[in-house]
Amino acid sequence: MPNKILTEEEIISEIKDGMTIGVGGWGSRRKPMSLVRAIIRAGIKDLTIVSYGGPEIGLLSATGQLRRAVYGFVSLDSIPLEPHFRIARQTKSIIASEFDEGAFYLGLLAAAHRVPFYPTRAGLGSDMLNMNPDLELVTSPYADESGEYEKLVAIPAFEIDVSLIHMNRADKAGNGQFLGPDLFFDDLFAMAAKKTFMSCESIVETENFPTYGSVHTLKIPRIFIDGVIEAPLGAHFTECPPDYGRDEEFQKLYASTAKDTELWNKFKSQFLDLGSHSEYLKSLDSFKESQ
Amino acid sequence: MRRADVCVVQIAECFRDDADILCNPIGISPIIGGRLAKATFANEVVMTDAVSVLAANIIPLGDETAERVVESYVPYRTIFDIVWSGRRHVMMGATQIDQFGNQNIAAIGGYEQPKAQLLGLRGAPGNLINHRTSYWIPKHSTRSFVKGVDVVSGPGYDKMRSLGAPSNKYHDVHRVVSNLGVFDFLTPDNRMRIVSVHPGVSVEEIREHTEFEIEIPEILEESRFPTEIEIDLIKSIDPDGLRYSEVDDE
Repeated sequence: MPNKILTEEEIISEIKDGMTIGVGGWGSRRKPMSLVRAIIRAGIKDLTIVSYGGPEIGLLSATGQLRRAVYGFVSLDSIPLEPHFRIARQTKSIIASEFDEGAFYLGLLAAAHRVPFYPTRAGLGSDMLNMNPDLELVTSPYADESGEYEKLVAIPAFEIDVSLIHMNRADKAGNGQFLGPDLFFDDLFAMAAKKTFMSCESIVETENFPTYGSVHTLKIPRIFIDGVIEAPLGAHFTECPPDYGRDEEFQKLYASTAKDTELWNKFKSQFLDLGSHSEYLKSLDSFKESQ
Repeated sequence: MRRADVCVVQIAECFRDDADILCNPIGISPIIGGRLAKATFANEVVMTDAVSVLAANIIPLGDETAERVVESYVPYRTIFDIVWSGRRHVMMGATQIDQFGNQNIAAIGGYEQPKAQLLGLRGAPGNLINHRTSYWIPKHSTRSFVKGVDVVSGPGYDKMRSLGAPSNKYHDVHRVVSNLGVFDFLTPDNRMRIVSVHPGVSVEEIREHTEFEIEIPEILEESRFPTEIEIDLIKSIDPDGLRYSEVDDE
């Protein structure tokens, strides 16, 4: 089996200005935060993020690296409205491509299956079509029981250059294992992108996967993974059960920086302007000790 | 007896005729009301534990450690599949709703550059076009019951009329429950009408708090009080009284 272990630098060198990045997880749950912080550190700009959005959209808006967000929603879960994202929307500093949550799944699925679109009723009659003037309708080639040809919304395949996902366990060949209650759409993110990089809580021997979870948890096959990196607490401050829950106190601190430039600058120098994920963990430790 | 208890019972009543569907209330009072319906007159529905499983037993609100009798596994992807299958009745909130049931949870001041970015479309477009939907609005006012919504998250009956058949065939806005009364759209042109007023509320009060002209039925019902069994169940589902934080008594 191949060895796909990469360094943070090697992964980041694959991400260029103007690229479209798919980010796995959901809201403030199992987000590949160490890799998002690495993008911030590298100053890569004009990015498009495609995600069930959480703090990655807020953070990259706040640092000015986000050009466009394609999302089903943007939320921190326990804080329903992502405060940095709200500001970005209200000041129109980013382009927003908002989809119905289920329709978003079909954009990923179409990309994963290499078809131009998947049809759905979702969006008909709502402002989703007005918000996304590029969305087109398709007419079913098949008549229904009353002889009608139904019109449906064609959700286009999301074009994703690089996807980033975070798993509980992985092996060095790039097989990933999720141990929490929901895979979310991480397998589709991996299939939809030209390249996918996976961080994980720990890299384990392939034969040891069954000691952590049943075969049903092995949902990321290595054929969709181009690089793997061990990043303990890599999803912090989002949750990564069963390894750890959401750091609610830290999330509150992050949220509070949206309305106060001084707090944001302090947060940025303490937790973002750092050389590596291990420096982040050290900074987090000393922050926790001071609390 | 407090207003919030009457509201919870009326929320439960929205699910009375449901069986073999996912009863999917979102928000504090909706979850209490949904679980009350499942514990009493709608026990064939299934409900999530708010994470990723269907729990057969009635779980107290927000109790993460409560024992769950898991009857099925429903990660988010499966929830979307259920939405599209139509086997679901959702109850959502609405920052704004108009007389045809158009709902806005997305933004105030339009979607181009909102004055206030709210939740966004979330799953509302897909919900409304695929299965039955009800709404819960704890603060009935001319700011929430409006002439026109700023953004259409969940489309109402006028949008569905212009859309036409067959695209609109699964659209079904069942009821709206507010802190003042219960409403439906069973009028010839599907305009909102009063079903019942909560005890102590007058039609005048509802009119004053509604920006559009609301239909008044010939016979005006009063929302019923909970039974003793229901009161006990509500207390067991919401032991901390979170419902009272959502609904004012007057």
